[in-house]
Amino acid sequence: MLPVTAPGKISTDWSRQDMARLVAADIPDGACVNLGIGIPELVAQCVPAGREVIFQTENGLLGMGPAPAPGQENPELINAGKKPVTAIPGAAYFHHADSFAMIRGGHIDICVLGAMQVSAQGDLANWSTGETDAIPAVGGAMDLVAGVKKIFVVTEHTTKNGEPKIVAACTYPLTGKAVVDRIYTNLAIIDVTPKGLVVRKIAPGLDLAAVQKKTAAPLLDGGATSL
Amino acid sequence: MINKQAESLAAAVADIKDGATVMIGGFGEAGSPIELIHALIDHGARNLTVISNNTGSGRIGLAALIANKQVRKMICSYPRSANSMVFPELFRRGEIELELVPQGTLAERIRAGGAGIPAFYTASAVGTLLAAGKETRQFKDRNYVMEHGLRSDFSLVKAARADRYGNLVYNKTARNFAPIMCTAATTTIVQVQELVKVGEIDPEAVVTPGIYVHRIVVVTNPAQESQLVKENKCYP
Repeated sequence: MLPVTAPGKISTDWSRQDMARLVAADIPDGACVNLGIGIPELVAQCVPAGREVIFQTENGLLGMGPAPAPGQENPELINAGKKPVTAIPGAAYFHHADSFAMIRGGHIDICVLGAMQVSAQGDLANWSTGETDAIPAVGGAMDLVAGVKKIFVVTEHTTKNGEPKIVAACTYPLTGKAVVDRIYTNLAIIDVTPKGLVVRKIAPGLDLAAVQKKTAAPLLDGGATSL
Repeated sequence: MINKQAESLAAAVADIKDGATVMIGGFGEAGSPIELIHALIDHGARNLTVISNNTGSGRIGLAALIANKQVRKMICSYPRSANSMVFPELFRRGEIELELVPQGTLAERIRAGGAGIPAFYTASAVGTLLAAGKETRQFKDRNYVMEHGLRSDFSLVKAARADRYGNLVYNKTARNFAPIMCTAATTTIVQVQELVKVGEIDPEAVVTPGIYVHRIVVVTNPAQESQLVKENKCYP
């Protein structure tokens, strides 16, 4: 992923950290949340003061804490991205079928995932480019989008080559159909609704037309003003 | 007297035959029974179908078993990760088969297999490539895809502690697939760091009841995959 200062980037874009903060602001007190790999991982450090949020990692831990101090890593205490983590007081360990019963049984409130493409209908593609020589790997993404109550996607608005990631229809293989509820990008926060994509917030200095220019699906004005 | 302790790692895996289906516990390196896998490499059974979430890293453990051409087919959810080169190389050359399964479906297929449930319906993967060609059915207002339970001839897993009955306790996120894999095997082989006296494990804290466990081998100081990879170790 390019740094926000890369050439061609608009200086007023939200940073990865900003995006994580915006996601965290929408997570209510008491929620159980599963975080994907990449920008979603940053969300854990952005929970507003006074809110208690429980993080689940699908490899068998409810009550995941921050990364351990250097030297304190335990190879048998990791997250779904296989990075060392800690367990908070009150945490619970469980096996994989129990973990996915939480996920598939609708017990997790919010899942925050990255995306390759999201469609106007909320279809998500985030596991495969469909290239023939690529090694397909899906992990838990299809289970998460099928079972978690709310799916938030957090992603750069366009690819490294400037191609829109929000599209009329996904061209990459789907992770799930009509599963995304809200999209957070470096340019805007967009709700997926039965009427279409509704823009709720826009990054500083931009307007709806500027966001639309980088989006390959029609955007509706949700009364968003640039923050 | 019931005593499930095997004489050695070699003795524990000695009857795994060519063509067997073998479940191997672990999520990345956490819970991977490296010493049992190395014993299986020494033993040499080939043409195996291996069910494991990943395909190992470096050239040790599961990756070494694959590199040694003992695996015909992998059933897994995530066959590539930071240090996995063995599986991708063989897969690109068409020398190993892959059945890709969503992680939750993989876990539930193993759980179902162990519980005597031949098939079940799930919403995971509906409308995607991984549901292509599978039976789907609508319940109320939602579509589901039918998935089959999985069983194995052998399951190889790692636990923290056992007693001679085979009651098991695990360590943190190293538990992952092990408890369900124990239930789904004809023969479950467990490597444990510590064997304790019967009665020392609180019955309220037993994670895998001994009925699911057939052989126990004590490996007091198991190797860590990431450490072996860092040291560029190769097996054999």
